[in-house]
Amino acid sequence: MKNQASIKYAPAADSSSAPHQKKEFTISVFTENQIGLLNRIAIMFSRRKINVESLNVSPTEIEGISRFTIVITEVEDVVSKLNRQIEKQVEVLKSYYNVNEDIVWQELAMYKVPTNVISEKAKVERLLREYGAQAVAIRSDYTVFETVGHREETEGLLNALAPYGLIEFVRSARVAIIKDSEGFHAKLKEFEQHEPSQEVIENEYLDKRDDVFTM
Amino acid sequence: MDTLDVKEAAAPQTEKSTTLNGSQALLEGLLVEGVTTIFGYPGGAIMPIYDALYDYHDKLEHILVRHEQGGIHAAQGYARSSGKVGVVFATSGPGATNLITGIADAMIDSTPLVCITGQVFAHLLGTDAFQETDVVNITAPVTKWNYQVTDATEIPGVLAKAFHIARTGRPGPVLIDITKNAQIQKFEYAGYEPCNHIRSYRPAPKVRKSYIEQAARLINEAKKPFVLFGQGVILGEAEKEFKAFIEKTGLPAAWTILGESAIPSDHYLNVGMLGMHGNYAPNVLTNECDVLIAVGMRFDDRVTGRLDKYAKQAKIVHLDIDPAEIDKNVQSTVPVWGDCKETLPMITALLEEKDHRQWLAKFRELEQQEIKEVIEPELNPAGDVMSMGEVIKVLNELTGGEAIIVTDVGQHQMVACRYADFKQSRSNITSGGLGTMGFGLPAAIGAKYGAPDRTVVAICGDGGLQMTIQEFGTIMQFGADVKTLILNNHFLGMVRQWQQLFNDKRYSFVNITSPDFVKVAEGYGIAGRSIDQRADLRTALKEMLDHKGAYVLEVMVGKENNVFPMVPQGCSVSEIRLK
Repeated sequence: MKNQASIKYAPAADSSSAPHQKKEFTISVFTENQIGLLNRIAIMFSRRKINVESLNVSPTEIEGISRFTIVITEVEDVVSKLNRQIEKQVEVLKSYYNVNEDIVWQELAMYKVPTNVISEKAKVERLLREYGAQAVAIRSDYTVFETVGHREETEGLLNALAPYGLIEFVRSARVAIIKDSEGFHAKLKEFEQHEPSQEVIENEYLDKRDDVFTM
Repeated sequence: MDTLDVKEAAAPQTEKSTTLNGSQALLEGLLVEGVTTIFGYPGGAIMPIYDALYDYHDKLEHILVRHEQGGIHAAQGYARSSGKVGVVFATSGPGATNLITGIADAMIDSTPLVCITGQVFAHLLGTDAFQETDVVNITAPVTKWNYQVTDATEIPGVLAKAFHIARTGRPGPVLIDITKNAQIQKFEYAGYEPCNHIRSYRPAPKVRKSYIEQAARLINEAKKPFVLFGQGVILGEAEKEFKAFIEKTGLPAAWTILGESAIPSDHYLNVGMLGMHGNYAPNVLTNECDVLIAVGMRFDDRVTGRLDKYAKQAKIVHLDIDPAEIDKNVQSTVPVWGDCKETLPMITALLEEKDHRQWLAKFRELEQQEIKEVIEPELNPAGDVMSMGEVIKVLNELTGGEAIIVTDVGQHQMVACRYADFKQSRSNITSGGLGTMGFGLPAAIGAKYGAPDRTVVAICGDGGLQMTIQEFGTIMQFGADVKTLILNNHFLGMVRQWQQLFNDKRYSFVNITSPDFVKVAEGYGIAGRSIDQRADLRTALKEMLDHKGAYVLEVMVGKENNVFPMVPQGCSVSEIRLK
């Protein structure tokens, strides 16, 4: 892991630093796959006027269980209390919060650049190699590259490409794996064995407007 | 689905058929859950449920309120007096949004409720249909759990889950929003299975023995132990266990207003009320005790005052069923997660017999000071003008502390909590966390249904009563025997008190004109009387209590009386003012 002090938007994430100092935390929430839960969790942040810097929701290795990865910059005391409140939600199985040292994390970035610039300027090619970028779409008018990495890595290529007519840039939310989470994975599997997930009943009426009785 | 289905489905269930519609399945489920009383108000989007209710009226009593807010406060009063889950029905849109205040109130006061709201047809969701509001999202922050049902087959399972969530762990309100198509949709009903387990829900934390031992050790070593108790004792039905706990070593115990009545008012270890308008001794001595034992209470800011000056000298033992409450406001030395019905006896067993009489005497010493400077002048005022306290004093004498007192919010609430006597638990029903004006009258109606054999007195101010005065109509129609005692000071008294003390008497819009309450009551067919002479007080109160059926008594009290003692906002509890 890189020293987080090099990231300009986050102060040093040192667990020994003052508890009243804001730092970057990644909250990982394991939940039932339930409609409306995203809102319930989101409003826990907005209620406390905490800005969510990044939010990712995805399935886990266990069917029916979702994983939220939420990045915020806050003081630890607030994060720890918030974490307990999140865990209190009925459909939340477990919630963890970690500083960057405790996790392996990545963000995906995509860059759209004019193809003629890429093909004509060797410097760009070298840049891409340097940043480990891959081409995911090549057309006569534009090419899309992707990189995966920490914020400062994807940001580095962004800054480097800017002078060459960057058309568009997008970066995903953070995904993170907690380094020390084997125990919970075992527990999750146990959960699933004992109580398999139920299928979420989606709304099957929304597309049947005229076929359904109305008053 | 067509209209024909609705009519067929409304027919009473026959033995042969297990085909029910969603509405019938809902009511069947309520019956299995032991529900007997529902408070509610019909409307377009919940009509199929009301249609089904027509056939269940002999098993399910429905109280038609005059406003959904009255309905949910009644359900709260019902839940608080009975210990059961309160149930309320409302239609979509405005019906549902009118419930919000009560839901928020129930959430912060941990009151178990199941709210059923009708919703527009599922295919109309998100189209701004007539009376459509996104009630699931609106209520997300103020419900313990909520769910929108769009398919009738979900109803039994979701209802069972709702009751389980509402009543277990730290109780709270849940809401089920049922789209109209789900209410009329027929399906093969396989019966109702109550729920006692949800995979992702852990209502009762595992008790850790090491914390029990640590807690007992701290209490055993304490020279000046002090117990604060809240509604957790009542919600956990741990009154007996709590009494045994404090009595074993003679621990002085003070209550939050929601914890009041968990032990009798005259219990020798009851040292009074905590917080902003609490008693002098427990507030001052909070900053002198060496071990503070908090049982089922959440260190609300109205209790603690300034947190940075709160019990800094004390080691804190915090017993709570909700892990999120531990260390939320006050950092605990020993956290004891768990149901206090379970944890209290475990600690009690480890306590050594000790004598804290000297320490207890300190509370009584300060109490004497409070009696002399505050309580005596409040209960036996010198002038001609009646005080709120003396009304409560006479009420105590006439009820013997056996009545359920439901209060609204304001000065009268604080006076009632300070001076009312209680002999049994679940007798003090008040809006603690949200401080909802308008709570008193409808909650009292609900409380009467929850405890029909007990005398229920709603103590209201002239302001709060007018927020839900229409519920006199509910009393008129359903005959709930509620005694409404109005303490009229012609002011929004608590705000006026603050304006007097902190805003240089700039009485900004606190002067409220009231109707002739007795005439209003008369219009609703309710007997009543208004008095302004002390000489009439006892007979009038007696007349109210003896009256068969509902009664309204208005007592004119001192206009500019204040509630003391008081911990001014932003001050520490030991800076409590006696005047």
